[in-house]
Amino acid sequence: MSAADLAGRPGLLARLTPGPAVRRLLRNRAFVAGLLLFGTVAILALLAPWISPTDPNRMAVRFRFREPSWDFPFGTDNLGRNMVSRVLWGGRLSLEIGLWVVMLNAVFGVVLGAAAGYFRRLDGPLMRIADALMAFPAVLLAIGIAAALGPSVATVVIALSVVYVPRTARVLRASVMVVREQDYVQAARAAGAGDGRILFRHILPNCMAPLIVQLSFVFAYAILSEAVLSFLGLGAAPTTPSWGILIAEGRSYIREAAWLTVVPGVAIATTVLGLNLLGDGLRDVLDPRLKVDA
Amino acid sequence: MTPPLLSAPLLSAPLLSVRDLTVTFRAEGRTQAAVDRVGFDVAAGEVLGIVGESGSGKSVTALAVMGLLPANGRVASGEILFEGTDLLRLPARKMRDLRGRRIGMIFQEPMTSLNPVFTIGDQIVETIVHHERLGRRAARERAVDMLARVGIPSARRRLDDYPHQMSGGMRQRVMIAMALACSPRLLLADEPTTALDVTIQAQLLDLLNDLRREFGMAVVVITHNMGVIAEFADRVAVFYAGRVAEEAPVEPLFDRPAHPYTRGLLASTPRLDADAERLVTIPGAMPNIAAPPPGCRFAPRCGVKVEACEADRPPLVAVGDGHRAACIRAGEAAA
Amino acid sequence: MSARAPLSPNPSPPGGEGSALDAASPPPAGGRDRERGSTATTPPLLEVRGLTKHFPIRAGAIVEREVARVRAVDDVSFTVARGETLGLVGESGCGKSTTGRLVLRLIEPTAGTILFDGEDVTGLEGAALRRLRRSMQIVFQDPYGALNPRMTVEEIVVEPLVVQGGTTRADMGREARRLMDLVGLPAAHVTRHPHEFSGGQRQRIGIARAIACRPRFVVCDEAVSALDVSVQAQIVNLLQDLQKELGLSYLFIAHDLAVVRHISDRVAVMYLGNLVEVADKRTLYTAPRHPYPQALLAAVPVAHPRLRRTRPRLTGEVPSPLDPPPGCRFHRRCSLAEDVCRTEVPALRDLAPGHAVACHFAERTGGPPPAAA
Repeated sequence: MSAADLAGRPGLLARLTPGPAVRRLLRNRAFVAGLLLFGTVAILALLAPWISPTDPNRMAVRFRFREPSWDFPFGTDNLGRNMVSRVLWGGRLSLEIGLWVVMLNAVFGVVLGAAAGYFRRLDGPLMRIADALMAFPAVLLAIGIAAALGPSVATVVIALSVVYVPRTARVLRASVMVVREQDYVQAARAAGAGDGRILFRHILPNCMAPLIVQLSFVFAYAILSEAVLSFLGLGAAPTTPSWGILIAEGRSYIREAAWLTVVPGVAIATTVLGLNLLGDGLRDVLDPRLKVDA
Repeated sequence: MTPPLLSAPLLSAPLLSVRDLTVTFRAEGRTQAAVDRVGFDVAAGEVLGIVGESGSGKSVTALAVMGLLPANGRVASGEILFEGTDLLRLPARKMRDLRGRRIGMIFQEPMTSLNPVFTIGDQIVETIVHHERLGRRAARERAVDMLARVGIPSARRRLDDYPHQMSGGMRQRVMIAMALACSPRLLLADEPTTALDVTIQAQLLDLLNDLRREFGMAVVVITHNMGVIAEFADRVAVFYAGRVAEEAPVEPLFDRPAHPYTRGLLASTPRLDADAERLVTIPGAMPNIAAPPPGCRFAPRCGVKVEACEADRPPLVAVGDGHRAACIRAGEAAA
Repeated sequence: MSARAPLSPNPSPPGGEGSALDAASPPPAGGRDRERGSTATTPPLLEVRGLTKHFPIRAGAIVEREVARVRAVDDVSFTVARGETLGLVGESGCGKSTTGRLVLRLIEPTAGTILFDGEDVTGLEGAALRRLRRSMQIVFQDPYGALNPRMTVEEIVVEPLVVQGGTTRADMGREARRLMDLVGLPAAHVTRHPHEFSGGQRQRIGIARAIACRPRFVVCDEAVSALDVSVQAQIVNLLQDLQKELGLSYLFIAHDLAVVRHISDRVAVMYLGNLVEVADKRTLYTAPRHPYPQALLAAVPVAHPRLRRTRPRLTGEVPSPLDPPPGCRFHRRCSLAEDVCRTEVPALRDLAPGHAVACHFAERTGGPPPAAA
């Protein structure tokens, strides 16, 4: 319990100056730091076709295993490929996979979560399935699915979605169940509104804050898990560099050419840290209730 | 104008004296005064009622006295003298010791004020052991005694109950038992009965009345309910928009309210014992404390305001024995 | 399921459903089949018979089954006449809010009948239910929870019109402004969002929404309880003005006895799911006959410090509706309780025209009016 609760009407002071959410977000340090970190990574990855010095797969045997230097800031790999290009292009793929997972989470997590949270009849069955899926350790489940479907980008996306959709659905279900009991939902019902209108007009718009927060974390987890899957050889085809694949490739030379694993590792860490900060900031501003009090 | 209270004989000095207290809050990068130069005294054994609507600063004042302001709030100026000591200058450790031992506090919401993972016995014993050189066994006996005193049946058995096993009224009794466990000199009760049903409220007001006589303690009761004031208070301070609008012994306040806000508050309360065709209302709403009106903060809603009201803050002027009102027309209104 | 049998078509209990339960006139026997010309008296706007709601408590690891039931509302009957305000008071958990929502068909009754304007609306569904909703509306307690924070005030107040259909887009804007005007808010503020308003103003918006489709009956569920005194008086006056202007009937649910006295014509007192006393307000407040309303009135703080008095307090607390006491549900807290109270449920019966009491000893509970100064 925080001291603000003791003040009796903690919301009052906040209500006196109702600044738009954007302004409050920009005043949140975590959010701004996260935005800068993640934004930088995302823009660089997006611009990869234009800013990479070389084709990421162009081999130049005479430049094998170059340490980071002025000419090759991130060094080169065993085939003399420029790591700057490979990390930039790898970021494209990693972020693309993350984005796909986020989108599938947004669609299926919302549909399943809303169905379970709103229609009591569906709640039991849907949540039992979700519980069953969530009973497996996330990475193990992803490995199982990826192994069953064979390595490809689609496989990774499907595997990670199966892992994270139940979690997103649970988050959404919880907020739907809270909003469902709000008086304005009762008022809509009393006005004669049907389930569709109540769900889409009243409930879902008010569940967006926790959903956005959740999706920012899913994005981060997806990028991490993609790296794990790729590292284990269950990711995208090895010719396409994703960060996970870069680390997997570099693993064999970790003693001689540590930069091959360190550089993509730092890229992943930066992205995930950025997304987590972003998510924390969003949560603090959009939905302070989700904050776990110390 | 302030005599050095530390050297003054304590008997004649008030138990609690709040002087020129200003509490500011930072929100959205702006600083605003939730309490603006507020002052009042509480004599030993007296019940002071602080009445006001939400946003009047009454709860913030109580939290300031307890040294429990939220992180974004701070005392910008003023003194809070308790038994002659300025609480604002007290080191945190001394303040912690004072809280719970010399000054007890009960809150509006008895569910969130009790820790759900400990039994009520543990929580009362904890308070006693923390403040007094008493073994756990003796403290437990005291806890049983306190629970019985606040009217909890089969107190010894209920000691091992968790808060959720009790009703709201029972939890508030536990809160009272905890607050009184170390026989404080002063009890701060912030909306102690607001969350409770009227029959339970009546039981608790009776209980508080009995206990304060028995313990000889002073009580500051903070409420929005004029009935609680009429029922329980010796003296009243009426808060409006972070300031004291009027201060009086309870009967004169109800008989001859001198501030137009107090008059409006009394008139707009529906009566249980009379029918009225239409309720008297105070037009408008409490001003935004981030941008308070200049001069008298009640002026925008006041039916008797004159030009001068909007110029300067009206001082508290005496209109009777111990009766003061912050209204430049208070003198003429006493008709 | 099994509870339905003894309650629903009500075989007029001993004492009969006398005029106390009916506002001014007895309901015509035929209910919905009544013909306007054939009866001289019009039926009450709302009539509720034997209304009952039990919430099952379910538990079980795999197969859930009912382990207990909360008897929130048990065999409640009352009427509301046209243009009348019936106050419904009681302490938290007595079932008064549930009763309001049952009447509005927001929750389904376990048993009982709801007649609106002479028509049985208990089983209405689909389009017919939606049409009924036009005539019955609700104002909520919490001015912050009752308005969708993502919608503009215009969207909020015209939502009933949108849902009900039949209003053109152009008319919506005009309607929104008219409603704002009606509840005393600047019409220009319709484009704002709820958080830009104070508690009292938000309550006005909630009222505007409730009267948008010109209902005849409004349930005010603790509609002024969360407001500060000075604002509360404004909203009470607004509700009364609208009642006169629009010919509304109110079911005014509240725990504040003084507010209920001010706004109601008649008052019904609930205790643990039962109605214990129904009377016109003067009778109820000056000469209540059931020991519970008597105690309730005695517990209200005095209006002036000189009226302080020691008085017998009601001891104990309201028992759990999960396991209400047998017989009269009030007997464990009642000073008059005798053996019969522990075994027999007292029927709500007429003591005088317009005054019904559910107490075995209603004839001898009279005394000095407890609330008198």
